[in-house]
Amino acid sequence: MGPRFGCLASSALWIDYPIVDCAAMMVRSVSLLERLWLSWVCWFRVLFDARFAARVAELRSGSPAPELPSAPHPTAEATTGAASPAALIERARANGALQLLTLFQREGRLLDFLEQDIVSFADAEIGAAARLVHEGCRRALHAHARVAPVRHEAEGSALTLEQANGDVKLVGNVSGSAPYRGVLRHRGWRIEGLRLPQVVGSVDHRLVAPAELEL
Amino acid sequence: MSAPFAVGIDLGTTHSALAFSPLLAAAEHAVTVLEIEQLVSAGTVDKKPLLPSFLYFAHESEPRLALPWDETRSFAVGEFARSRGAEAPQRVISSSKSWLSYGGVDRRAGILPLNAAPDIERISPVEAAFRVLDHLNEAFRAAHQGEHDLSGQEVVLTVPASFDAGARDLTVEAALAAGFEQVTLLEEPQAALYAWIEQHGEAWRSHLRAGDRVLVVDIGGGTTDFSLIDAVEQNGALELQRVAVGDHILLGGDNMDLALAHVVGQELAAAGKELDRFQLGALAHACRAGKERLFSDASLEQVAVVLPSRGSQLLGGSIRGELRREQVERYLLDGFFPRVAASELPKQRPRAGLTQVGLPYASDPAITKHLAAFLARHAFGPATSTLDTRPPTAILFNGGVLKAAGLRARLLETLNGWLSERAAPDVRVLPGEDLDLAVARGAAYYGLVRHGRGLRIRGGTARAYYVGIESPAPALPGLEPPVEALCVAPFGMEEGSHAALPADELFVVVGEPVTFRFFGSSTRRSDTVGTRLERFRPDELEELPAIELTLPPAGRSAGEVVAVQLQASVTAIGTLKLEAIAKAPVVPDERWQIELNVRHGATSGA
Repeated sequence: MGPRFGCLASSALWIDYPIVDCAAMMVRSVSLLERLWLSWVCWFRVLFDARFAARVAELRSGSPAPELPSAPHPTAEATTGAASPAALIERARANGALQLLTLFQREGRLLDFLEQDIVSFADAEIGAAARLVHEGCRRALHAHARVAPVRHEAEGSALTLEQANGDVKLVGNVSGSAPYRGVLRHRGWRIEGLRLPQVVGSVDHRLVAPAELEL
Repeated sequence: MSAPFAVGIDLGTTHSALAFSPLLAAAEHAVTVLEIEQLVSAGTVDKKPLLPSFLYFAHESEPRLALPWDETRSFAVGEFARSRGAEAPQRVISSSKSWLSYGGVDRRAGILPLNAAPDIERISPVEAAFRVLDHLNEAFRAAHQGEHDLSGQEVVLTVPASFDAGARDLTVEAALAAGFEQVTLLEEPQAALYAWIEQHGEAWRSHLRAGDRVLVVDIGGGTTDFSLIDAVEQNGALELQRVAVGDHILLGGDNMDLALAHVVGQELAAAGKELDRFQLGALAHACRAGKERLFSDASLEQVAVVLPSRGSQLLGGSIRGELRREQVERYLLDGFFPRVAASELPKQRPRAGLTQVGLPYASDPAITKHLAAFLARHAFGPATSTLDTRPPTAILFNGGVLKAAGLRARLLETLNGWLSERAAPDVRVLPGEDLDLAVARGAAYYGLVRHGRGLRIRGGTARAYYVGIESPAPALPGLEPPVEALCVAPFGMEEGSHAALPADELFVVVGEPVTFRFFGSSTRRSDTVGTRLERFRPDELEELPAIELTLPPAGRSAGEVVAVQLQASVTAIGTLKLEAIAKAPVVPDERWQIELNVRHGATSGA
C-alpha cells in the first residue's frame, strides 16, 4: 500500500499513548483556588442547567460509584460539539476499561462466559462457546488495539540480552550481570496503539450490557 | 473559487463509502478514503471506511442517538442503524437505493420503512438517500474540522449503470437537497475501472490494448451490474468507451448469505433446534463469515457455526451447527453461479396477480444466466453495421461478494467455457484491489480526470429513450390502441449534447398536464433521434414511469393549443433533460421542462 492509496485510519486516528495510571487519575487533588473558582461556576450552572444540577445531586448523594464517572466529564460536556482533542482523550481514558469490557461483551459475550459456572458442562460445549468468545473478542481486540509481540524471536530459541530493560523479565537463575544468555520462554505482548470509540451524549459506562425485553 | 477537493461517493444499496483527493496539489494526486464517523452502538461513535446504508428511527424508550455534531438526533445512519435494525425491524430502512430505482412506486412519497411501526413518520426513498448523503457530508465536515464540507467540493456520485433517467434524476435531487452544489453522476462499473487505472498509474496501458473489450462484473450486497467497456485507438491514443450496460438486477450477496442460513437452519431444525427470527439473522452473519473462511482456506472441509444463546447463559443455550464445503458449493456455486450454456437465459417467474408492494427482486438467482443474457445481447449476438458484438477479452471484478476467490473462479470458468465454444481466447483478469472501496476511489479519481488529469471513459447515456405515441386508430373493445415509440434520445448521448426531434410536432393544451408513456432500451443502440418504432418486442423496450408536461398559462391563454417540438439533452451533471420547445414562441426561447418523475403515483409500472 503506497501513500497514494492510504487510508486515514492507519495513521491519524490511532491515539498512541502510554497506558495511564488509573488510580492517579481517579482522585485528582484540587487546589483551594481551583475549588473556589469551581464552586462559583457550579453555583450558576446548578441554577440554570437542570441536567447538570441533577448530576450534581446524584454525585452528592453518592448513589453511583463516584470513582467511575457515569457521564462525560462536566467541563468537556459544556463544550461538546467542539470538544478539544485533549478533552476527548481524557474522556476516553476515564472510561476506557469499561468500554473495553463493553466491546468484549458485545462482540464476544465475554462477561456471559466468565460469569457462567462452567464446571458441569462437557468440554465440547465449552469448546463451542470458546470459539464464539474467541472469534468475537479477537475481532474487537484487533479493531481497537494494535497488538505486537515484544520479542520477535521464536520461543525456545537462545537469546542474548545485551542490557537489562523493562521489556524482558529475567526468570530462573537470576544472577550476575549483562549480557544475559538464556532461552526465550514467552515472547511477550505490547499494545502499541489503542483506539476506543468516542462516547457521545450521557452514557452510563457501567452498563456493559443492558437487559433485553422482547415485545 | 474552485473546489479544493474532488470527492467520490459510492452510494451503495448496503454500504456507502467516500473518497477524496485534493484538486489543487500540483503533481501527485492522493486518493484517500474517508473514515466515516458513525454511531456504532448506543452512545459510542467510531470511524469506519464503510457506512452501512441503513436508517434507524429511535423509539421513545431510547436515549437520543447523539453524534459529536448533533446531541439531539432521533435517527441514526450506519453501523448502529444496521445492528439495531435487526433487533427492531419495524424501525429500520434498508435497501432504500433499490426503492429509488423502482418505478412502480411514487419515489417522493413517504413509504419507508415499508412495515413501519405506527409511531414512525415514513419517509420517501429520495429522503432516505438524502439522509445517507447528509451523514457523509457531516462526517466529511467533522473530519476537516469544519473547514470544508461537501457543498463546496466537486462531488462525483456513482449510480448503477442500469439506473434509468428517472432514478438518476432522483439521485441528483437527493444530492442537491444535501447541499452538494457541484455534483456529477458516474456509472459504478466505470468507477471500478477508474479505480483500477488509478491504482496502476501509467502502467495500465501495458495491461490494456486497443481492441480489448472489458467486461465489468459488479456484485454488491443487493444488486448485480454488468458493463462492457472497449479500449479503442483514437488519433493514435488509447481511449476507453463504455459500449453496453445490463439491466437492473436485484440480486446480491445478501441473498447468498440468506440462502446458506436457510440451509444450515433447516439442518438445525431437523435436529430439533428451532431458530427464531433473531437467531436466523445471526445465522446469516455467521454463514457469511463461514463462507469467506471456506473460500480462503482450501484445506477446510467445514467450519463451525455457533449461534450464541439469547440469554446470559452462554453455555447450554448456544446452538452449534456447521457449514460444510459441499453445502457452499451446492447452494452458492451451483445455486447462484451454475455452469450453464451461453444460451440459457434466466427464468422469468410470472408475477402473482395480487402481490404486496415490494421490490421487483430477480426471480432467477443464477447470476451466470443473467450474465449469459447480457452477453447474448451485446457480445455473442449477430453483429450489425452499427452493433459491434465482440466477445470480451478482459474482465474486472468489483463488489464485496467477489472477494471470495471461489466465486470469481466459477464465474471465470463459465465465461471462458462460453468463449472457447466461440473459438475466442480466455479473458484476462484485470487485478482489482479492495473491491469494497474501489467505486468510491474510482469516483474521486474521475473527479481529477475531469480536470484533465488522466484518461476519461466515454460512454454517454446507457440507454436510448422513447416516448409512446398513440396511433390514431378506430376504438375496438378490448384492444388497446397501438402505441408507437418515438426515439427522443439515442444511446450514447454525451454530456452537454442535444438531440432535437427533426419534424414531429406534438400539441399541448395550456394549463392541462399531458402524460406520455416513456420507454428505455439498452439494446437498440443504432436508433437515432426521430426513429419511429411501429412495433417492438417487450424485451427490447422497457416501459419506464410515465413523463408529464404542463404548460404554465403565463404568456398564453388557458385552453390554447400549442405546437411543440421535443428536445433531449444530457446535462453536465449527467442527467437526461427533456424539453418542449414552442414552434411559435411568444417570448424568445420559449421552452418547458418535461417532468421525468411524475409526483403523483399514477404509474402502474408493473
